[in-house]
Parts: sequence; C-alpha cells; structure tokens
Amino acid sequence: MAERDVVFKVLRYKQGETVPHYDTFTVKTDENTTALVALQAIRRDDDPSLTLRHSCHHGSCGTCGMRINGEEQLSCVVNVQELGTPTVVVEPLQNAPLVSDLVVDMAPFFDRYTQPEMPYVRQSEFMPEADVPDGIGHYTRYENCLECGLCVSACPVMGSDASYLGPAAMAAAWRVVAEPRGSDPEFALNWADNEHGCWRCHVAYECTEVCPSDVNPAEAIMSLRGELTKRKFRRVFGLGK
Amino acid sequence: MTSISILCLWLFTGYIMSNYHVVIIGGGGTGGALAHDLALRGLRVTLVERGEVTSGTTGRHHGLLHSGARYAVKDQESAIECIEENTILRKIAPGTFEENDGLFVAITDEDVEYSHAFIEGCAECGIPTQQLSKQEALRLEPNLTDDLILAVRIPDATMDAMRMPLRFFATAKKNGVDIKTYTEVLAIRKQGEAVTGVQVKDHTSGKVYDIGADLIVNAAGPWSGKVADMVGVEVPIRPSPGVMVAVRGRWCNMVINRLNTSSDGDIVVPQRGLSVIGTSSWVVDDPDNLGLPPDHIQAMYNHGTMMMPVLKNAPMRAAWSAARPLIGPRKADADTGRELSRTFKCFDHVDEGVEGFVTITGGKATTLRGMAEAAANVVCEKLGIEEPCRTREAVLLPHTAYYA
Repeated sequence: MAERDVVFKVLRYKQGETVPHYDTFTVKTDENTTALVALQAIRRDDDPSLTLRHSCHHGSCGTCGMRINGEEQLSCVVNVQELGTPTVVVEPLQNAPLVSDLVVDMAPFFDRYTQPEMPYVRQSEFMPEADVPDGIGHYTRYENCLECGLCVSACPVMGSDASYLGPAAMAAAWRVVAEPRGSDPEFALNWADNEHGCWRCHVAYECTEVCPSDVNPAEAIMSLRGELTKRKFRRVFGLGK
Repeated sequence: MTSISILCLWLFTGYIMSNYHVVIIGGGGTGGALAHDLALRGLRVTLVERGEVTSGTTGRHHGLLHSGARYAVKDQESAIECIEENTILRKIAPGTFEENDGLFVAITDEDVEYSHAFIEGCAECGIPTQQLSKQEALRLEPNLTDDLILAVRIPDATMDAMRMPLRFFATAKKNGVDIKTYTEVLAIRKQGEAVTGVQVKDHTSGKVYDIGADLIVNAAGPWSGKVADMVGVEVPIRPSPGVMVAVRGRWCNMVINRLNTSSDGDIVVPQRGLSVIGTSSWVVDDPDNLGLPPDHIQAMYNHGTMMMPVLKNAPMRAAWSAARPLIGPRKADADTGRELSRTFKCFDHVDEGVEGFVTITGGKATTLRGMAEAAANVVCEKLGIEEPCRTREAVLLPHTAYYA
C-alpha cells in the first residue's frame, strides 16, 4: 500500500472573527483515502474544533460539498492521491452564508428550491406496476439531484444576483414540465419565467460541469427557455398552448 | 371534581411538564426520533451533536428499509421489530421510500434448503412472502445470475439514509426542540448521584458553556460507551463496522438479498443511480477510527457478483465503513459481530448509582422510531409524566423543512 503524507490547507473561520484564515495539517494517506476521510482524521488527531458536514460517504446524500483545489466536489468521492497535488486546498462552498470552517448555511438554498409542486422522490418508475409515461428512460431522473449545492456554488450568476433562482431549483422545475406525473407544469413554467429565473442564466454551464450526479441543470434551464419561447410564439399567433 | 379544579390541575401539570428539560446526546436517527417523541409528549428538549446531524452511523447505512426477513430465522425479536416499524414508517413518512420491495435469491442447493426455514420464519414474524420461480424473478430483475434457482419477494424498500431521519429532526424542530449541531459534550455535571447537566463546546464559535438538564439521554450509538464513561457507568456496546461499496449504475430496482444466513456481501441496494453492495462485519474499540480494509472491498465485489454478474465490471463510486452500535460485552475477545443481535435496549443507570441518566442503543435505522418510543417511555416514567406515545400516527414534515 502506497502511503504518502499530504498537506491540507484548510479554510478556518469561527463566529465572531472578522476574516477567515488557513491552517495546514499533514495527513497520512493510502490509495483509498478520500478528502473526507482525511478531514475526519484531522478532526480526530489534530483539531477537534474543525467543523464540516458529512453523512453518507458515497456521493448519495450531497452533504459534504466543498471546494477542493478550487473546484466544487463531494469530498467523500475525491481520492486524495489521485488529485496529484502536494498541497490540497479545502474551502467551503460559495454563494451560501459561512457558518464555521467548511460549514455553510443551506437554508437559503432550500428556501429557493423547496416547492411542494416539485416533488423530490416519486414512485420508482422502474417497477413493473409503476404508472409512468412511455419513454421514461429518455428523461434524466430528477431524483438524482442530491441537493448538495455544488451547482449554486459554481454558478457565476448567483454571486451577482441574490434573487436568482439558481440551477438546482430550475432543474427541478424543468423535470416537472418534462415529466409532470401529477404535478402542474404551468406552475413550474410561470415560476421560472422572470428576470431572476431562466432568462438570467449566462450559459456558463459551470453547474453541469460540477454536478456530481449528472442532473445537467444547464440543459434544464435551456429547455425551460425553449418551452417558454415556444408557448409565447403560439400565444402570439393564436395557436393555444 | 369541579371544572375549576380540573382547570387548575391541567394548568399545573402543563406548568410542570413544560419545565422538565431533557438533554439528548447524539444527533443520529435515534436521537432525532427521540427528540420528536418527547416533544409530542410536551417535554422541553435540547439535542446536542458534535458534528452535523446524521454524520455518524445513521447516514452511512445501505439505505435499506428492512422487512425483517434477514433476521427471521435466527433473530426473530429484531425481525418482528423491523416489520412493525417498516409498516409504521411507510405511513408516517410518505414519499420517503421507493416502493420497490426486495428479493431473497437462492443460487445454490444450500440456499434452496435454507429457503424452507426462511419462509417459515417470515410467517412466524408476520412478514409476507411470495415465492417466485427463476423465470418470474428474472423478469423482474434481468441482471440476476443465471445460476438462480428461486427467489422470495418480501417488503424491503430503498430509503435515503440521511433524508428519512431528517424528517424526524425537521418535525422535532418545528415542535420546539433546540437542535445544537457542532456542539460537543466535554463533561457531564453531577450533584451527588444525580446528573444535572452537560458542559459543551460550540465548535462554530469556540464558546464553552453549561446546559442544565433534569434528565440526560445518551443516544450516541457506537459512541455511547464513550459518553457513559463520562459518568462512570458501563454500556455494553460493541462498535461493529462494516464495509460497503457503491458502484455506478442502477443494476437492480428491487433490493437483492442472498437467501442464506447473514454473511459478507449478501445484499445489493439500488440507491438512485448507484448500487450499494454490503457488507462485512468486524469489531473495533474506537468508533472514530474504523479504517477501510482493502480486502473487504474486493470481497464485496466477489460476493455481489455471485448474485449479479454485471457488478463485476461496474466502476466503483465509493467504498466506506460504518460502525453498527451492537449490544455486546465491551471488552470481550475480538469476534465478527455477526452473532450479536440487532435488537435495541434502553438502560436506566440508576442501578449503577447514577440518577437521571438513560442510554438507548443497539437497533437499526429501520427501528429508530421504536427505539425512541422505548426510551421516551423510560424518560416519562422517571419524570412521572403520563403522556402516551404519538409517533405511530403523527405524519412527519418533509426533510427540507429541517433547513427552513
């Protein structure tokens, strides 16, 4: 087993401090060590006051999102030795209020994203008795969204428009339009149709780039634009919906 | 009794109840469900957790809502707990579970032999079964091995290991529970034989302070032995880790179990676009230092492949360890943990000379509500509160409400 010492440069911040700073720690790693396991080792062996969020440890819950060497990642599926850098820089997600160290407040994310009209888990469409539309395999499972906030952190528009709906929420909206299964597509379309909605996107595709679950929010935003444009044309020419 | 005296009694009991303060140590599924239960019984509750909620064992399991079938032959107490709680959870947490059921698959003659005791055991525990031929099972799950002989369908389900318990936290918070994350217990305060509170450190600010308590519940799972050490009592807990491997691709839609006695790599749970293979079992002393034995990762692939050959080449997404909090002698000789029951126990440490300190441990994610009910019954009895448990019926808020 190839053991190697890796230096971690971790952003630190506690409530009441004026500015964050960085602390460095050296961690013994092997070929299976993930960034999350390394951070837990730091907390266990070096500094119990290090705060971070984590839960499932396999890229399914979306809790351990952070920026690792400047890129939004789920720390539980980042192999430290495969990063290939002598120093690993770890920072919290952007575009969310910083609570402490690597912990950000997810409440604004959920405020924006939680709409009863956009259900999160539905009956498994794969079961033989499930009542789902034909061609379901064509759609991205929106249930694949982990609510991790990586897309919101990476989005260049989020930083400049505090009211922007953001990629995760609009991906949810598009899923309802594409495959409503009992939900109201009109609600989702109207919700996204404003200057802080799908028209505000700069088409940077950073959200899709960082999505750990292949939900492809950028494509969803483009699809919302396409559908809204189509409907507007039809309305202008009196063709109905 | 006159109506005025009834009113006075009602006001008086209300006053007493709202002033009893219970501190729960541990923000896993058990702590969350207990906070919810006690809040519904009218108690004032503070829950402290040193990290994020569900960051210990709770978030790290397969994501299986047990039917109990796994334990129907050798551990029927756990099997019955599982099927009862399985039924209740589906009712109080609608939308949380994929209604995908599970299959126990027989691929050897020995498995077929075991199926008789298995079906009988399930019947004894009230777990419905449906025997399927090879063809019927393959129609449901085409990726099963061609060695398949028969399968038994049972009401397992897939859940999200974090979001299911988060609904208990969300509801508890709405009902007034103070949930303090990143808050580590440094010491437990005592006066004479009675515990009176906890000294904690808030890691988001560095502040150290005391929280007074009429009663403290230790719900720290594999860490409950360490918490009990703070007041000098013994909790017979064996942190027993298992390795799980998540591979890319949803290779089955139902939960696939090996139809035999519990062993390494005997289950595959579909979890969104992943399939989770589990699990191994050994015992450790320190739940903060589990390690990840590489041979266990390979063993998961090998055993999983026996049921579903397609897993052999499925790329790995992650491998990780999680510690079960099994009830067993703490310092006993090393064993695998397989022989320990999956049931739960509530300990009132008054017998060991400590008043006001209760431990709830053991159990499984599927039985979190039942564990909470048992612990809440002990808490209420100790405090002289006669309020019934309401968590069998109360529908939980969605997980997103936790962040509201």
